[in-house]
Amino acid sequence: MADNILEVKNLSTHFFTRAGTIKAADDVSFNIEPGSTLALVGESGSGKSVTSLSIMRLVPPPGKVTAGEIMFNGRDLLKLSEERMRRVRGREIAMIFQDPMTSLNPVYTVGDQIAEAIELHERLSRKQAWAKAVEMMTRVKIPDAERRARDYPHQLSGGMRQRVMIAMALSCKPKLLIADEPTTALDVTIQAEILELLKGLREDFELSMLLITHDLGVVAETAGRVAVMYAGRIVEEAPVRQIFGNPRHPYTEGLLRSVPRLTEQGIRRRRLETIEGTVPNLLHLPEGCKFAPRCAYVIDECTTADIPLLQVDDERRARCIRHDLIGDVSARTRPERVGRSAANAG
Amino acid sequence: MSENTPTLIEVRNLTKYFPTGAGLLDGGRDVVRAVDDVSFTIRRGETFGLVGESGCGKSTTGRSILRLIEPTSGEVRFDGRDLLSMASNELRRLRREMQIIFQDPYSSLNPRMKVGQIIEEPLVVHRVGNRRDRADRVGNLLRLVGLEPEHAVRYPHEFSGGQRQRIGIARALALNPKFIVCDEPVSALDVSVQAQIVNLLQDLQEQLGLTYLFISHGLSVVEHISTRVGIMYLGKLVEVASSEEIFRNPLHPYTQALLSAIPIPDPELRRERLPLKGDIPTAIEPPSGCRFRTRCPIAEPRCADEEPELIEVTPDHFVACMVVAPAQKK
Repeated sequence: MADNILEVKNLSTHFFTRAGTIKAADDVSFNIEPGSTLALVGESGSGKSVTSLSIMRLVPPPGKVTAGEIMFNGRDLLKLSEERMRRVRGREIAMIFQDPMTSLNPVYTVGDQIAEAIELHERLSRKQAWAKAVEMMTRVKIPDAERRARDYPHQLSGGMRQRVMIAMALSCKPKLLIADEPTTALDVTIQAEILELLKGLREDFELSMLLITHDLGVVAETAGRVAVMYAGRIVEEAPVRQIFGNPRHPYTEGLLRSVPRLTEQGIRRRRLETIEGTVPNLLHLPEGCKFAPRCAYVIDECTTADIPLLQVDDERRARCIRHDLIGDVSARTRPERVGRSAANAG
Repeated sequence: MSENTPTLIEVRNLTKYFPTGAGLLDGGRDVVRAVDDVSFTIRRGETFGLVGESGCGKSTTGRSILRLIEPTSGEVRFDGRDLLSMASNELRRLRREMQIIFQDPYSSLNPRMKVGQIIEEPLVVHRVGNRRDRADRVGNLLRLVGLEPEHAVRYPHEFSGGQRQRIGIARALALNPKFIVCDEPVSALDVSVQAQIVNLLQDLQEQLGLTYLFISHGLSVVEHISTRVGIMYLGKLVEVASSEEIFRNPLHPYTQALLSAIPIPDPELRRERLPLKGDIPTAIEPPSGCRFRTRCPIAEPRCADEEPELIEVTPDHFVACMVVAPAQKK
């Protein structure tokens, strides 16, 4: 395997608020191999978006990257000058967001906006840039691209707008695409099309991808590796099959079990299993393991000291001292949470 | 839940057209056919799931049933009584029995009211009990939804999304309703919290004998919670069947495409996708005949001429598609 395209090492991004310091991303490390997709999964507030903004160096104040390295193609992005970084954004790393309507300018045609992005990064005439914009729109399978390029964002459907965003993102042939909840705002049938499109483009453009999502279904279908985040930290990192088949962190396990699944045979579990309690307030994180207050496998040692990300085997890491026991019901120190909902107010 | 369970809600030919545009210059002549001739029944004690993509009319249907939106035409019978022809004071009395839970627990709770006041408000409006009775009732309701009576003195912002949704549920339960419209009640919540709320709704249904209309675009949640399911497309109901039946044996080409589009959280499973062409047409000028025909993989020329009716193909399984379920000769 070639060198990693992206290596995030011990990244910490903190927000310094009046109420205190919020460790939105804390000691986050992961790698992305060329041409592969890593999914960063977590619930709201888990730090997945802050991590991606840190890579782009777009963390808004009062947030600040306080430690770590972000090695991209052999250079540490955190050490680049702002001007150099500006050239990395868009040309080498591009980003697409959840809501294409707010990322597009409502008073310019979509063709103009894509052409502008191209002009900014490549020395092309206005006419050449426009032609390339139309070409990109064709490549993201917008029908009748020549005509649609003259449309304004509001004239396009949500799915088409996201295609425009993808066209814009890929127009400068970036090596890495960061997709932050790219299909969350879309309907399922449109989501399926966009995911299919991204898969195809990944091959055509030899793209590596960092996919940020809370949807485990999307992860299962698109990612090669998965990093699960909880309360600002990566709690487990493994190949996608192992995450779903044999999770090594109690949070991953709980997350997978709480998803209602479409059952092929019509055999339905009467109740959904839940994870007790709620995500902790980042201002008042518990000592030791941040998941301990909600964990079914918790023992005394979990709450005394910080738990490092432990190497489970060659391919997997988990931030759990009991990782070899996950899935073993007899190792649970708390009863399975399928009982009365009144007992687990969330 | 069998076919013989008595009906609680009967919706017949429900239609809601919204005028478009400001109306000053264009005369406001265009209408959005948000809900067009929709009929279904909800049986006592069941959960009827209403599924569809954005803009299909599922929320408008839910709100029209409660007359939170005034329907253009049609009939809604609640326990045999027609809600749409009812005078406002009579409707108001009946409203005690029908409540709604909203999607966004952030915008549906007044930030300036304490939780106790929020839950008490329906009791005050309907003049139920004295102050002390109501305070007791609020405490009981909070306990019922998994919160503590002490929470009554706090404000909504002090609670997480899941807890806020519990407050919204407590408010809906205050007047002992028989029927609750759940409009995307878990869509705004994190996965681990979704499961808690779904379980709570199921527990309450069992304890209190509630009937739910569960509106959602999340198909897996709907499958889990619903007894029967209706699939909507562009203002029309295209298929209705029991939850098991619809997910095991979908007949309408739209239902099939919708089900195949859901990403499954299992990397070992690969399902064949049935791609749909194009985008959802606008409800201002829906396609003639079958509204799905412009994206349908099995459309025939006749689909443009005639609107398919919902036809019972097997007991309790209804489909509106001329190709899959040709109409019987009348």
